[in-house]
Amino acid sequence: METMIKQKIKEVKKGDQSAFEDIVSFYQNKVYHICFRMIGNAYEAEDLAQEAFIRAYTNIHTFDNRRKFSTWLYRIATNLTIDRIRKKKPDYHLDAQVRGTEGLDMYSQLAADQALPEEEVESLELQTYIHKEILALPPKYRSVIVLRYLDELPLQDIAEILDIPVGTVKTRVHRGREALRKKLRHV
Amino acid sequence: MDCNKQAVALMHKYMDGDLTQEEERRLRHHLQACSTCQNHFHELKKTTTLIKNTGPVSAPKNFTSNVMANLPKEKKKKRYTRFLQKHPILTAAAVFFILMFSSVFTTWNQDQQVTVSKQENLEIRDNTVIVPEGVTVNGDLVVRNGDLRIEGQINGDVTIINGDIIEGQADHQLEGIDSSTLQAYSGELTEVNKIHEWVWYQTKNAITSIFSFGSDE
Ligand SMILES: [Zn+2]
Repeated sequence: METMIKQKIKEVKKGDQSAFEDIVSFYQNKVYHICFRMIGNAYEAEDLAQEAFIRAYTNIHTFDNRRKFSTWLYRIATNLTIDRIRKKKPDYHLDAQVRGTEGLDMYSQLAADQALPEEEVESLELQTYIHKEILALPPKYRSVIVLRYLDELPLQDIAEILDIPVGTVKTRVHRGREALRKKLRHV
Repeated sequence: MDCNKQAVALMHKYMDGDLTQEEERRLRHHLQACSTCQNHFHELKKTTTLIKNTGPVSAPKNFTSNVMANLPKEKKKKRYTRFLQKHPILTAAAVFFILMFSSVFTTWNQDQQVTVSKQENLEIRDNTVIVPEGVTVNGDLVVRNGDLRIEGQINGDVTIINGDIIEGQADHQLEGIDSSTLQAYSGELTEVNKIHEWVWYQTKNAITSIFSFGSDE
């Protein structure tokens, strides 16, 4: 798959815009996942994910084909999202609860629409709860946790995405995991 | 082993897949003896399971097409290049254009004599082509390296290359009337006085003829 993507990137670099469509289509869920889990709001996540792809497109010539494309792309998405979180900082603490509930709306709406069996509703509520707790983490822990549990991304990749040493990634993963353990142990 | 410092650190290392065999042995040994750490370890494993269970979220419908619609417009030059790569015959045509342009430059510099596309009933005096009074030119007229004075009538387009149009002698009798509204020719007037205009004019003509060639097929 990576070979197919690299080929598409070559075509985009030559100026073939249409080749970018396959790249977007292939990575859209991953990129959206990162943005959504970090920002917590579906609309903003869509906006950020879209912006990430547009930036990837306009800066495609700076991508070194010998490197991993996903790392490069996730880095753009993560940086954009972290920037957005920083801009919201003044009301971040007050906001965390509210933003958690927006996620809840999405899940509960889903539940209502499809009239799911009870245990699945329960699991959706649980998912919402976990989502909310991830969002309640300070951004630097949130980003590593989201990336770590997106396809079990290797620590080395996370270090490159966030541009921090692997040791720092490990420390943050440990602390993030501990913080979540305290919130989730009674679930 | 210190529970909080060493044992918990080993648990996280275990979860990162970083444990050496020796460390793994030490952790297992401690867990067998310490229920607090057993519980802690259980909670950590449960936590990671729960996080993984929140599952991946999917991008909204039409996400890809929305991105594609919002990309900056592809650079024309690049699209043109790609087009040429895919169409070798047109590439040959492009080479022809380049060759043609270079001959155009030469023509511009060398050709300094007054020329006119039609000769019948026209006078040429001091680099000026004159359509005398009472004379009607039917069809387009091209004047090179000279001015054009129209006293008669032209039924067609006028192109003047490296020259100007000079209003007819009757002008002074028409004082007070904007002479530019008086057209002694029925078609369009094109004056070409600069090299880039000249090139553009040549290109336009070449393209027009190629298109009409294409439509003939
Ligand atoms: Zn212990």
